[in-house]
Amino acid sequence: MAKLVELKKKAAGIRKKIVEMSYKSNASHIGGALSCTDILTVLYFDVMKINPKRPLEKTRDRLVLSKGHAAATLFSILAEKGFFEKKTLEEFHVENGRLWGHPNLGIVPGVEATTGSLGHGLPIGVGMALAGKLDGLNYNVFVVLSDGECEEGSNWEAALSAAHNKLDNLVAIIDYNKWQCFGKTNEVVNLEPLAEKWKAFGFSVKEVNGHNFEELVSTFKEVPFEKGKPSMIIANTVKGKGISFMEDCLEWHYKSPNKEQCRQAFEEIEKQAIPGSKSKEKEKNKIKGESK
Amino acid sequence: MRQAFTKALVKASEKDKSIILLTGDLGFTVLEPFMEKFPKRFFNMGVSEQNMVGVAAGLALSGKKPFVYSIIPFAAMRPFEQIRNDICYQKANVKIVGVGAGLSYALDGPTHHSIIDIAIMRALPNMTVVCPADSIEAGLATKALAEFKGPAYLRLGKSRVPQAHKQNISFEIGKAIEVRKGEDAALIATGEMVSVACDAAESLAEKGIECRVLSMHTIKPLDREAVLKAAKETKLVLSIEEHSVIGGLGSAVTEVLAESDRCVLFERLGVQDRFAEKITDQNGLREENGLTAKQIAEKVLKRIGKQAHR
Repeated sequence: MAKLVELKKKAAGIRKKIVEMSYKSNASHIGGALSCTDILTVLYFDVMKINPKRPLEKTRDRLVLSKGHAAATLFSILAEKGFFEKKTLEEFHVENGRLWGHPNLGIVPGVEATTGSLGHGLPIGVGMALAGKLDGLNYNVFVVLSDGECEEGSNWEAALSAAHNKLDNLVAIIDYNKWQCFGKTNEVVNLEPLAEKWKAFGFSVKEVNGHNFEELVSTFKEVPFEKGKPSMIIANTVKGKGISFMEDCLEWHYKSPNKEQCRQAFEEIEKQAIPGSKSKEKEKNKIKGESK
Repeated sequence: MRQAFTKALVKASEKDKSIILLTGDLGFTVLEPFMEKFPKRFFNMGVSEQNMVGVAAGLALSGKKPFVYSIIPFAAMRPFEQIRNDICYQKANVKIVGVGAGLSYALDGPTHHSIIDIAIMRALPNMTVVCPADSIEAGLATKALAEFKGPAYLRLGKSRVPQAHKQNISFEIGKAIEVRKGEDAALIATGEMVSVACDAAESLAEKGIECRVLSMHTIKPLDREAVLKAAKETKLVLSIEEHSVIGGLGSAVTEVLAESDRCVLFERLGVQDRFAEKITDQNGLREENGLTAKQIAEKVLKRIGKQAHR
């Protein structure tokens, strides 16, 4: 229980960092950055075997953020983990800064692959998982995808090849916030039935509430879900999660908050970090309603 | 040429255990020696080139040296963005091997012709582009690339490629090979056009015109010195390639010449800016584009014939 409270606090801190980065850099994509925050927080602070002091250790777990537009989430978590100094976050998406708006290999430690163009992360993850098998190293490779990204054919090529090569060290997670650039994912191009599609492609699939820490922690503990099969976690999430006026709202794919919105966001995030401050039932309903 | 590649790759892989071969389900009767010798390091990725290139990047980021094999349009064009982002931008140690250079898949039609691959591969930052002239160069290039760190594109012909070299050569990435000496004209050729240029040079020699023939096997980085030397020491420079005149060897040579202080007659010979229309074999298509030995010789005579005889 204490662990879950700790993770929740971590996620609140990361959310505040994301809001601050978005405000200062005027970068887009805060909605999608917030929707995957809890997933990445649980992965980096509870699940993955990584050592920020030895970022290239051969046996480390890897994470490829295929939805590279959520770079702010990854960068703030890596800084929080101690891969680099937190002040580097000030250099995100600003002139003469060190960090581009999408993750880049080789600029700061901890980033495992350059992403930003959708549909690239899963094939790269397959390659990393394959190398792990070839070398007899038992690390896991986590790939975080967006929902709209599943429209890219390369993912399905990668899915075939992950299953064919029995890569049970590969864990893909879809941040299913149900929004893409022009509207609701399933109105732009219907992805459903999404879980069945991945199952048919040879993945062992579980669906979770991507903001329920208990569920995330216990689900990640179970990977691989089946021996000899890659795992897929479809995480139902809310775009802009944690900030009332951003939640489930397309415009926050593009906008960045102003000073007043920033203040309000901080206030809301802080409140939620204290357990019991928000009705769990309300949260549950929101997720349920979204996943239809 | 393809067999020479496999043979050299097998040899390199005996020493280097990090070499992995991926194919997009092509290379039947070509890749078997590798498959049989290193079954665990061979992956048929199926007909899914975007994934194959991404996987190669992931393998390279995990310390492997992948060679990715397919027919050029599927090796270099279908997964182009993966090559740009995953390979070149990340400086992943991956070699893209494309077969069927130029018009070698002639009768299969323009979907299989490879006439813009040098242009697009050359435009990629961090990419090295190597187009061997024959099986000897193909073997040496494969060996060199197995030892070379970073992204590279290896452009191979198909089968029964005539030998351009009659003797042992030394091969170095980025350094042109002088196949024939001469100071009347310089035929700077790449890939299979090297042996065609040699044939043209031979027929011209009978007329008393001595052509230098360079095998410009590396298009990027281009051997600028060899180009400038040719421009200084001969009266006419022709670039010759089984590739579009836009963006390939001809463009690369033009860039060097135009930005130098050399003044020399120059012309790009290559495939014209169009998809092939006439259904014919490789020689027929070469003829349509002025790329046979006879046509090349005529071109040299037309440009400097009288001058050379003076």
